[in-house]
Amino acid sequence: MNSSDILGRQETAAPSLPLAIELRGISKAFGTVQANKDISIQVKAGTIHGIIGENGAGKSTLMSILYGFYKADEGQILIKGIPTIIPDSQSAIRAGIGMVFQHFKLVQNFSVLENVILGAEDGALLGPSFTRARNVLADLSAEYDLDVDPDAVVENLSVGHQQRVEILKALYRQAEILILDEPTGVLTPAEANHLFRILRGLKAQGKTIILITHKLREIMDITDHVSVMRQGQIVSSLETSETSPQDLAERMVGRKVLLQISKSAPNYGDEVLRVEGLTLHDEQGVERLSDVAFSIRAGEILGIAGVAGNGQSHLLEVLAGIRNAQGRAFLKSEVLNLTGKSANAQSRRAMGIAHIPEDRQDMGLIMDFMAWENMGLGYHNDPLYQHNRWFMNNDALLDETAAKMDRFDVRPPIPTLAAKNFSGGNQQKIVVAREIERVPDVLLIGQPTRGVDIGAIEFIHQQIIALRDAGKAILLVSVELDEIMSLSDRIGVMFDGHLMGVKDATQTNVNEIGLMMAGIAPPQEGII
Amino acid sequence: MEKLPKWADAFLVPLVSVFIAFSISGLVILAVGEDPIAALRVMIDGALGSTYGWGYTLYYATNFMFTGLGVAVAFHAGLFNIGGEGQATLGGLGVALVCLFIPWPHWSLALCAAIVSSALFAALWAAIPAWLQAKRGSHIVITTIMFNFIAASLLNYILVNQLRPKGSMDPASARFPQATNLPGLDQVLGLFGIPFSSKTPANISLIIAMICCILVWFLIWHTRLGFAIRAFGKSEKAAVYAGINPVRITLYAMIISGALAGLMAVNTVQGEANRLLLNSVEGAGFIGIAVSLMGRGHPFGVFLAALLFGFLYQGGAELALWTKIPRELITVIQALVILFTGALDQMVRRPIEITFALFKKKEH
Repeated sequence: MNSSDILGRQETAAPSLPLAIELRGISKAFGTVQANKDISIQVKAGTIHGIIGENGAGKSTLMSILYGFYKADEGQILIKGIPTIIPDSQSAIRAGIGMVFQHFKLVQNFSVLENVILGAEDGALLGPSFTRARNVLADLSAEYDLDVDPDAVVENLSVGHQQRVEILKALYRQAEILILDEPTGVLTPAEANHLFRILRGLKAQGKTIILITHKLREIMDITDHVSVMRQGQIVSSLETSETSPQDLAERMVGRKVLLQISKSAPNYGDEVLRVEGLTLHDEQGVERLSDVAFSIRAGEILGIAGVAGNGQSHLLEVLAGIRNAQGRAFLKSEVLNLTGKSANAQSRRAMGIAHIPEDRQDMGLIMDFMAWENMGLGYHNDPLYQHNRWFMNNDALLDETAAKMDRFDVRPPIPTLAAKNFSGGNQQKIVVAREIERVPDVLLIGQPTRGVDIGAIEFIHQQIIALRDAGKAILLVSVELDEIMSLSDRIGVMFDGHLMGVKDATQTNVNEIGLMMAGIAPPQEGII
Repeated sequence: MEKLPKWADAFLVPLVSVFIAFSISGLVILAVGEDPIAALRVMIDGALGSTYGWGYTLYYATNFMFTGLGVAVAFHAGLFNIGGEGQATLGGLGVALVCLFIPWPHWSLALCAAIVSSALFAALWAAIPAWLQAKRGSHIVITTIMFNFIAASLLNYILVNQLRPKGSMDPASARFPQATNLPGLDQVLGLFGIPFSSKTPANISLIIAMICCILVWFLIWHTRLGFAIRAFGKSEKAAVYAGINPVRITLYAMIISGALAGLMAVNTVQGEANRLLLNSVEGAGFIGIAVSLMGRGHPFGVFLAALLFGFLYQGGAELALWTKIPRELITVIQALVILFTGALDQMVRRPIEITFALFKKKEH
């Protein structure tokens, strides 16, 4: 066992705490892919244990094994010291394990109470279950600061509240061990803080919590111990107090990384993009954008912060020509048509607007296409890639792809490899290379580093800064507040389709932005 | 990493599928009390043992190439065109009209006109469901199936009420003028000094089908339209992101798909029957789906699959003629081939993938 020395150290460090969960030599392979390899973790009762790793490091597989979704090929699970076999999630629940998934598993049109007892009804009649659940919920809510109206319908609850319902569900099933998978991905900073308060309260009551995340700050803030995963293996198990974000990042990636982005002072030029009164109703008639107005200058990065689903995606799609909308938009002094024949992605590209979409697997790339074909996506009509009127010059595109892959350090540098066979970070590099290498006047970027490993994040951020320094206008949409804070020159916040305001990045802070993300404007200092 | 080398994906998997289908067919033949080896010999002798047999095999294969290519083009655009049958029916009408009503001085001119006309009629027939899908969201699988029935009824009406010669009881058009008759494959091969039976329906359309295979290959992989079709077929969202107009691509792909299916009529109506019959398509539109599936949507694959199905058709007819095996059994064999190459692809593929993975491990 490769980590036995570290484990030994842990036990001597805190001998009094019994183990809530112990994993011994867990391995799991999917076909030829080794998702988990000889994983051993000891989670002490009454602690918060973080598991951190990049996308694809095997965190989710490991938790799925623990929750009975997958069966491990090898290894043993001990719960409170007793070897336990977990063939399905029912057994996991019986063993006292509760899971809060990244994507909630709630019935949207059921009330909180109905969701809580769903699957845990005792008896044929619902009446007694409801009465019992209502009492238990009241106790739990009071005990853990988990205030949720038991009669509220789930679809009317905010994301933060829905997450609390998931936690209540687990607690109602008498979970002693709570696993949370990337719980803050959909929360505002204030909601995330509240969640952490709840988790600390649970810990104080002796519950054990396993927190899976890729955010270094969360690990540092809340966990007692942390296990770092890389390529299906546990590379380190540490006391959180004995490590630092820099140290963790390096353990995750396996080499030195720059966490801080070095960025020179902005050098603004003329206004490049101006948007006025942008309003969008989607297919269902729901207003997604209401009267949005802003402008971006040359050499400027305007960051758009906000919790996912508040209109940022629609804003990008409108500007990229994928959706029609009402309002006015101008590129330099030219009018951008938001409806009609020329409101499409092709004419936007011709005008010098490039777009790195939020969802590279669905929109930015065609997963079955080879890298070189993807490099032509959106530019396949470019005269560069034509032999003549009739035939495309595939070789020209192939050569160019090879060159771009080299410049952007895409691995493996094989232009004929299908996009689906690259890692997330390398896929994103292909998209970034395609859009940035055209040196557009305006670059629209959505979630540039979602699901991208730290090494690639660093590289992509540098490319974005370089384009800004070359005097181009950049609109950056991200739900990662850190990313927005560190890259943007000005920061706008979207809430419910409204642009809540635009702040100079040097004159604002996370609290102010966080309040705007929650829809509170005008913002005041010092409330959180 | 790619799980299988390309050659294994393109050839080994279908070959193993066909082999399994044939093995099970053999068991079925055994169950009806016949000798499967003898049956196979009859099929091979009948379909491939003489230039006469080859003639029929190639004649059927020509049909399947056209309809298979049609399905393949639509499939690259993510559209499941089940309407090959109806489109070929309309193609037949197109052929009949130009052959009947325009006096052609030479077969080559008649052939050109028939190609254009059959493609046009069938393309228009395919364009309606395409437009309905692109603009109105009516699912193309449903509409193309329904259009098969409409096409059949329409042809029935036109044959009975318009094209039927006076006094004829047969719902068929008059014979086309002699000048429109296409040269048989024996005449084409005769130019190269290759002897071939003159008693078969195989004709110059085979050459056209093979040219179409090449053209479709160029279209799909070497033109902007092909790029747009494939992009749209793999991911509509990504296509829209790339500025590809979904309405236009749906229409173009279905028009090309329909035109290819329609060309089949040149082979059957002008090349073989020399008049328009009520059911000249004879299910080739549906076989085209199987051919396209088995050929993995690649024109060369379609070519090979069409030959296989041509062999099954002709060999099956021989089987019914010379043995006590009922004609329906050949449908069973065809169904098994479709089942294994299409629907049960994964069942065959997984074990092959695992075998390859094992070999790779040993190499390292």
